[in-house]
Amino acid sequence: MAAIELDSVGKVYDDGTRAVTDLNIDIADGEFVVFVGPSGCGKTTALRMIAGLETITEGELRIGGRVVNNVPPRDRDVAMVFQSYALYPHMSVRENIGFGLALRKVPKAELNRRVEAAAAKLGLREYLDRKPRNLSGGQRQRVAMGRAIVRQPQAFLMDEPLSNLDAKLRVQMRAEIGTLQRDLQVTTIYVTHDQVEAMTLGHRVAVIRKGVLQQIAAPQDLYDRPVNVFVGGFIGSPSMNLLTATLRRDEQGYVADFGTMSLQLPPAVVAARPALAGQAGREVVVGIRPEDMDDGSLAGVQPGRTLSGVVELVEPLGSDLVVHLTVDARRPQDLEDIAELAQDNSVAGTAGASDAGGGTLVVARFSPRSTVTIGQRVEVAVTTEQIHVFDLSTGAAVWDAGVPASAASN
Amino acid sequence: MTATAGSDIVTGAINRGPAARIVARTSAGALRLFLLVVALIWLVPTFGLLVESLRDPATFTTGGWWQVFTHPAQLTFENYSQILKDGAITSSFLNTVYITVPATLLVVLIGSAAGFAFAWIEFPGRDWYFLVVVGLLVIPIQIALIPVVKLYSILGISGSLVSVILFHVAFGLPFAIFLLRNYFAGIPRDLMEAARMDGASEGRIFFRIVLPLGLPAIASLGIFQFLWVWNDLLVALVFASPSNQPLTVTLANQTRQFGSSIDILAPGAFLSLIVPLIVFLAFQRFFVQGVMAGSVK
Ligand SMILES: Nc1ncnc2c1ncn2[C@@H]1O[C@H](COP(=O)(O)OP(=O)(O)O)[C@@H](O)[C@H]1O
Ligand SMILES: [Mg+2]
Repeated sequence: MAAIELDSVGKVYDDGTRAVTDLNIDIADGEFVVFVGPSGCGKTTALRMIAGLETITEGELRIGGRVVNNVPPRDRDVAMVFQSYALYPHMSVRENIGFGLALRKVPKAELNRRVEAAAAKLGLREYLDRKPRNLSGGQRQRVAMGRAIVRQPQAFLMDEPLSNLDAKLRVQMRAEIGTLQRDLQVTTIYVTHDQVEAMTLGHRVAVIRKGVLQQIAAPQDLYDRPVNVFVGGFIGSPSMNLLTATLRRDEQGYVADFGTMSLQLPPAVVAARPALAGQAGREVVVGIRPEDMDDGSLAGVQPGRTLSGVVELVEPLGSDLVVHLTVDARRPQDLEDIAELAQDNSVAGTAGASDAGGGTLVVARFSPRSTVTIGQRVEVAVTTEQIHVFDLSTGAAVWDAGVPASAASN
Repeated sequence: MTATAGSDIVTGAINRGPAARIVARTSAGALRLFLLVVALIWLVPTFGLLVESLRDPATFTTGGWWQVFTHPAQLTFENYSQILKDGAITSSFLNTVYITVPATLLVVLIGSAAGFAFAWIEFPGRDWYFLVVVGLLVIPIQIALIPVVKLYSILGISGSLVSVILFHVAFGLPFAIFLLRNYFAGIPRDLMEAARMDGASEGRIFFRIVLPLGLPAIASLGIFQFLWVWNDLLVALVFASPSNQPLTVTLANQTRQFGSSIDILAPGAFLSLIVPLIVFLAFQRFFVQGVMAGSVK
């Protein structure tokens, strides 16, 4: 087990494609770090550079303190779980798991013992003599895991290991991977485009966009203090609603003015954001998460804490009611981040969902006891304590004046 | 390739009831019957050759091989004991073996190593070299005969078995490399990389991953190369000295010397035919579909 340090690591492919830029991440021994970002953002490239399957064109990579830029994969002592599993089709499960040990000339008896132990850990005991083609998807996934853990490597690298499983199995395997990593305490880098996987698994989550690290932080910090519009919109499902507002000073502090409606920023929000002063009188992006909105008729309507909208769609989930409504406010059109988020959130996407006539579409999670119906005008109670404020021109979160947003929580 | 793997893959019309099942059964049965008939038609001449080789030469003028059904007494091993006593036939049979086995093994070995390199190892100018190999595919054997005869005399190996083997290897390799490179290139990259992560060197990857997975292609190549060399007459005629003649050349000479000499030709031809048949039967179990099943995804 070892620490992994990426020091200004970058990658330009032979054809000139820039996939990763100036990646600085220090991963502690035994830590579980998730790289998350939309597809094509360079996660796989970053992982493959750490594995040694792709040359590092810029910067320095250290594993356990040793610079490994030019060390071939077999001498880096890291194990990788492939998205496709990449099982050897002509070998039994036993041989698949034991292949790495056999190549390292581990004595037969020890090899068998370790393969059996790994198989037992993964519930593969009965399948040891089967060929991969006779296994279910979940079992193949386990064999791929077994091949990694049996070697007791310095680190595990996993590239979207669950993306080929159906939804239910994915949740189950996700939990198992978490447990396994806690048991083994092996440094793990896990790549996914699924923010739920990222949040549930990672000790820390690194959000990457277009090859650039946006923010690396513990899951809750990422949710509570996104450094920019992109992270705010990417983390959370359904994703954060983003609206343009004019930030106005009044005697109680600041008001976000949407035109016909406004929200009062509570003292706590203002106190946490000294930089708000610099935005006074300007247009800003206000972020409100769906879970911070509720049916006003249940939660109570208070001045400065309410938006009003017309219900366009109601999706009952049982636990809550996902309500799409149009509100009389503008969407921040020209931020590049938002366009990209819109592309990424094809399902229940809010950031860029097409707007129904006149207003802007927002998504709220109402209590299941809400009785709103399509076409109805409703008052929406907003938990303004959880509101987010971003700079309209840069997309950076407004926090401390002095600290540039992208470095804020690194 | 995975699609051919499991029996759980649904194809075509779904079974809806007894009628549908009968339709399915009969269409499978009809196909089987058709293949059986084709196989029988294919086998009749072979069987005829076998019978003819076992008949008493004195009876040849009385009618075709089917006479044995009414006159089983015509059958004898005399022809075989005659040709086995004939040193020319046995030694040329051995020559055929001495030429074919190394020429096949070398082509398969060199071809798969080169195919692997062209498919999976990065080296400067790789794709250009491969284009050259593809270009060699279209060079006819005939235009190389005279220059190679000259080359062999310079090298001092004219007429030897080695000279015949080398020629076959040289002309077998372009196709072998082309075929195997393309087959190996179809092996998922993830498999190679998984092996690399597991600690395998390029050599290990070749022997432990590529060769086993390439077996269907290697086996077909091996069989085709074997048949080609085994049945070759032209190359042997040009390069082999009389003492190094393979069976094809010897049999051809028999006809010229004696006119009709069925008592030698029939058993000789059958001997020459039975070996490739055995080779084919031995290797056909490597023609498996879906070797890659269960690997990726
Ligand atoms: N071998 C390659 N050659 C050139 N460009 C590549 C190669 N592999 C990936 N890329 C490009 O690099 C970028 C990042 O790709 P990748 O790391 O696979 O993203 P992700 O895993 O986040 O989806 C993409 O724009 C992709 O097209
Ligand atoms: Mg990827």
